[in-house]
Amino acid sequence: MAIGLAHYLAVAAILFTTGVFGIFLNRKNVIIIMMSIELMLLAVNINFVAFSVVLHDLAGQIFAMFVLTVAAAESAIGLAILVVYFRNRGTIEVEDIHMMRG
Amino acid sequence: MILQAIMFYLFAAIAVASGVMVVSAKNPVHSVLFLILAFFNAAGLFVLLGAEFLAMILVIVYVGAVAVLFLFVVMMLNVDFAELRGGFMRYLPIGALIGFILLAELLLVFGTWVIAPGVAGLAAAPLPAGGATVTNTRALGDLLYTRYLFAFQAAGLVLFVAMIGAIVLTLRQRVGVRRQSIPAQLARSRGEAVAVVKVALGAGAADAPGD
Repeated sequence: MAIGLAHYLAVAAILFTTGVFGIFLNRKNVIIIMMSIELMLLAVNINFVAFSVVLHDLAGQIFAMFVLTVAAAESAIGLAILVVYFRNRGTIEVEDIHMMRG
Repeated sequence: MILQAIMFYLFAAIAVASGVMVVSAKNPVHSVLFLILAFFNAAGLFVLLGAEFLAMILVIVYVGAVAVLFLFVVMMLNVDFAELRGGFMRYLPIGALIGFILLAELLLVFGTWVIAPGVAGLAAAPLPAGGATVTNTRALGDLLYTRYLFAFQAAGLVLFVAMIGAIVLTLRQRVGVRRQSIPAQLARSRGEAVAVVKVALGAGAADAPGD
């Protein structure tokens, strides 16, 4: 009954898989794809913190903080690109994004 | 102990369920709200683990900033989201297959996980020996501002670059908008702004030179 490392890793694995699943499921909607990426990063953070606590090593929590920083920066830039793209094209369908294809 | 287990299962179940709702909700606004719920429950898991500072950071950064940003963008873009859901059912089998395989692999890895015997002495930044006397926040701060100072500064730089990038990307110069130009106002001299005109009686003033 005691909650150990394996429980947290299982939760993180399920969340990560949900994120991957979401990318496959919403192939057209960039916003949901970015939210799925956020879910995957959250799962990674749960792993970092769980290992950090189990191994008595604070470096994992420090690293989780950096992951958080990068995730915030990534979503800000991604949403900015999305807004500019929508302004130019009037749609956010992923399949329409092929302007840079040769 | 039993309370801890109950809280763990509660937080974990709600986090996983809201994660599933994020990817399957019809309305993206609901997706964002479920994302917020998932982050709140993950923060609960962090508190259970004893990482209070990261839990609060998660709530502040994600719920306070990132999720609100998502909400803004979802509401700002005038997109027909129903149309974007086309192919949902078409991608469901392959997505479910890959997700299932990935989950099985991950669970197999974690199921057979053993921590190597000598790993306890290898900690890069061991938890302080004080135990309960040193709070999580203080321990993290002691480490972050000394040993990881440069990484911390680099993280700040990443955020700064992201901020500048987002502003530059979305900044739009509208044409045909009259707005105040303070340099132009300050650069005016008396000579080009004021003209003394001798008005002949009964003839009226000629057009001012500035017009």
